[in-house]
Amino acid sequence: MEIYINAVLLTLLAVTSCAIIRQRSLFGVVMLAGTYSFLMASVFVVLDAVDVAMTEAAVGAGVSTVIFLIALHLTKSREYPKPRSAVVPLFITLITGFALIWGTSTLPPFGVADAPIHEHTTPHYLDAAREKQIAANVVTAVLADYRSFDTLGETLVVFTAGIGIMMLLRVRRRRGPAGGNEGEPS
Amino acid sequence: MKSDVLLRIGVKLILPYMLVFAAYVQLHGDYGPGGGFQAGVIVAGMVIVYALVFGAKAARQIAPVALVERLAPAGVLIFAATGVPSLFAGKRYLDYSVFGHDALHAHEWGVFLVEAGVITTVAATLIAIFYALTDREHS
Repeated sequence: MEIYINAVLLTLLAVTSCAIIRQRSLFGVVMLAGTYSFLMASVFVVLDAVDVAMTEAAVGAGVSTVIFLIALHLTKSREYPKPRSAVVPLFITLITGFALIWGTSTLPPFGVADAPIHEHTTPHYLDAAREKQIAANVVTAVLADYRSFDTLGETLVVFTAGIGIMMLLRVRRRRGPAGGNEGEPS
Repeated sequence: MKSDVLLRIGVKLILPYMLVFAAYVQLHGDYGPGGGFQAGVIVAGMVIVYALVFGAKAARQIAPVALVERLAPAGVLIFAATGVPSLFAGKRYLDYSVFGHDALHAHEWGVFLVEAGVITTVAATLIAIFYALTDREHS
């Protein structure tokens, strides 16, 4: 059953990607990208990664769609009609795609329980979480207990990214010719 | 940006449920899927949805720019400060066992504080980015 759901979802993902490539109106591209994110979130749900699925649905399909729409509103909503030459990009894409497929050829088969990733640290996490009863959701246990330093770093990264974007977006406003409507400095 | 009645009423109806869902995702992260990151995005989504329908100016009145920009670093500080009490107790940084008498309680408090820091930073940063973008629209 699961393999059929996966097949349907992955086919729809491929169709959406092709539609994004064919689409010239950037508004349509943004909408299709939102669709892509929702499909990807569904794939994550099938893979039992519900935490990732929630993030993908909220950030990928929600917030970034809005941000892309604002960006379109600020710029132009049509793509340049023709790329100069498709040969070099096609070549690079083919090489990268081939390298990726070649790289996955040595990976353990999809969904196998005795893959190395499930035998190394995962049993330890699961056993410890059950023994100490720290968190029923082991993802939270890993994020907040075993790797709390990582999570602190991630929070810092989110904050730093925010600062960077705000600095980038504010620079031009200060230099801009229209000095009329900037009342509050922060 | 003021849209029709249906959208405005619909958004007003949906916002409280979004808030409750964000609180559920935040506080229930120990037991179900979710946690600070996901709840933070939902909270930011609330403000963004409100701004889309009622305009950025109205959104700035419920979540003022100055407040949002102070909350983003405050979240990182909450997270970082959570680790400090254990240092004074002679334990390792971010060791939650100082927050209560038994391990389970202490752990719950520790995770609660850490997640509070995460939701604050994530929500405030996303809202601040949104504000910074809509700010350019006006100028």
